[in-house]
Amino acid sequence: MLNFFLAPLQYPFMLRGLSAAVMVGIVSAVVGTYVVLRGMAFFGDALAHSILPGVAIGYLLGDGKREPLFWSALVTAIISALGISAISRNTKIKEDTAIGIIFAGTFALGVALISTVNSYTVDLAHFLFGDVLGVGNSDLRLIVIFGGITLLIIFAFYKEFMVLSFDPVLASTLRLPVKLLDFLLLILIAVTIVVSLQTVGVALMVAMLVTPAATAYLLTKRLPIMMAFAAIVASLSGIIGLYISYYLSIASGAAIVLVCTAIFGLVWAGVSLSKTLNIKGAK
Amino acid sequence: MNVFKEFKKTSRHLTRQQRHEHDKDAPILHAEKLSMRYDSGDALSDVSFSLQEGERIAIVGPNGAGKSTLLKIIAGVQKQTSGEIQIFGHAPGGHICIAYVPQRNQVDWTFPVTVADVAMMGRVGHLGLFRNPKSHDWDVVQNALKLVKLNHLAKRQIDQLSGGQQQRMFIARALAQEAEIILMDEPMTGLDATSQEDIFGILDELQARHVTALISLHDLKMASERFDRVMLINKHLLAMGPAEESLSPEHLISAYGGSLQLIPSDEGTLALSDTCCDGEHHIAQ
Ligand SMILES: Nc1ncnc2c1ncn2[C@@H]1O[C@H](COP(=O)(O)OP(=O)(O)OP(=O)(O)O)[C@@H](O)[C@H]1O
Ligand SMILES: [Mg+2]
Repeated sequence: MLNFFLAPLQYPFMLRGLSAAVMVGIVSAVVGTYVVLRGMAFFGDALAHSILPGVAIGYLLGDGKREPLFWSALVTAIISALGISAISRNTKIKEDTAIGIIFAGTFALGVALISTVNSYTVDLAHFLFGDVLGVGNSDLRLIVIFGGITLLIIFAFYKEFMVLSFDPVLASTLRLPVKLLDFLLLILIAVTIVVSLQTVGVALMVAMLVTPAATAYLLTKRLPIMMAFAAIVASLSGIIGLYISYYLSIASGAAIVLVCTAIFGLVWAGVSLSKTLNIKGAK
Repeated sequence: MNVFKEFKKTSRHLTRQQRHEHDKDAPILHAEKLSMRYDSGDALSDVSFSLQEGERIAIVGPNGAGKSTLLKIIAGVQKQTSGEIQIFGHAPGGHICIAYVPQRNQVDWTFPVTVADVAMMGRVGHLGLFRNPKSHDWDVVQNALKLVKLNHLAKRQIDQLSGGQQQRMFIARALAQEAEIILMDEPMTGLDATSQEDIFGILDELQARHVTALISLHDLKMASERFDRVMLINKHLLAMGPAEESLSPEHLISAYGGSLQLIPSDEGTLALSDTCCDGEHHIAQ
């Protein structure tokens, strides 16, 4: 039994993959708490897809090396986060429509760029669905640095983000720098997406942002506890998903997201059931 | 976005720099020819008035009269298109002594916070960046909740409050903020008589502490009975003064026009009613 858990750990790629999955899980769950509370799921999904051209350019220029890919993805993510908010603010077009336009357009551009490469299908699949077992030491370092900075900022501005998300009007009567904070949150979501790129890929990214936070939301109605629960759910999903991926040879990103979704389903069923029983009991 | 202004705000928030010294001789609030124009048309036009410290003022007027707009401009949340507003002799925006109590339907009641968390939000402006609430802040919050009789519900989830309790929670937040002017947008709408009385009890307490209250409502009878002065607006300021003056039939007809109903009452006088948003009739003598 013990061997079942220890056997995969003899491989360095498995150890690196596990560390990356846990780290990414924690960061995206904490940032995802605000994505869920502020109803930004669609924005997060679109932003994740829209970094594909940046990934492609980094990939083509960097000859398949990881680091240039990370930086160009980061720049693209920040540009498209700002682009989406500028377009929806300055035109008659509603925000979700603006998001849809940028999302599909940039995604198509990314696919087009990658399709110029010979090993097109394999590489595209990695970007779309993640390749956590291919995480190298330098990737891990970037994940720790940027993930850590993101968490630090979220905690440093904890009360400001809470006020801003709950009651933007209070935030402006208290003279908080509302626009700057809004902007900062967009940047943090963008960084989180880039950090998670290798774990789940752009197509499954939104699950990491939304599902653990939503699961935690069912269990608690306190913000700090919600963040903690979400982080636990996400890192557990990362670990369990990787073991499943190892033993059943399922794509790692998909395995992680499936575990995450299964936990959500279980919690949802449990909460619904206990509510029904409570109502019956009260009668 | 005005980057410079945002950074100024950040540094002010960082250093907890005292925003503006109050000029004690100036009226607590003075508005001069305030106008607000949206793409859809004028919401306010040439509104001028002054408030004295500790007054309780009712703002009445039909739907779309600009009541919410006026409150938001005073709160500094919206910028007027023209005109000037001074609070203790300074432009708003530099003040955190103003508390704005939102219309209840504009609040996300499913947000994961407790009653005490919301009241503590009023302290955020006093705390500044990177600082956590200290025992003094918890005392302030505790006292605020006690005053609105919610201390036993401090740990309760906000989605488990009655309408009256929700309103009292926001008043507690204003108290925690140590606000000197409290702006409330239709706080009485949808509350039963008991809850309304509770809130007036708290407003009396606030008045004893010289807090100035500016409150929008649709109930003309309540406006005439429970407030020091009544402000009647419909884009323009039509009247402002004691209820007998500002709610005279001529003024009311010019404010409400066709939607005003004139009903002969038992005593042979005219009762005037404002057909409000919820379809109820509010009667004023
Ligand atoms: N953000 C906005 N953009 C465009 N027009 C607006 C905006 N906010 C308000 N208005 C318009 O300004 C006018 C005044 O609105 P306001 O909400 O201040 O009225 P009100 O007196 O509070 O009404 P109610 O009794 O229904 O609450 C209305 O005609 C409204 O349509
Ligand atoms: Mg209104």
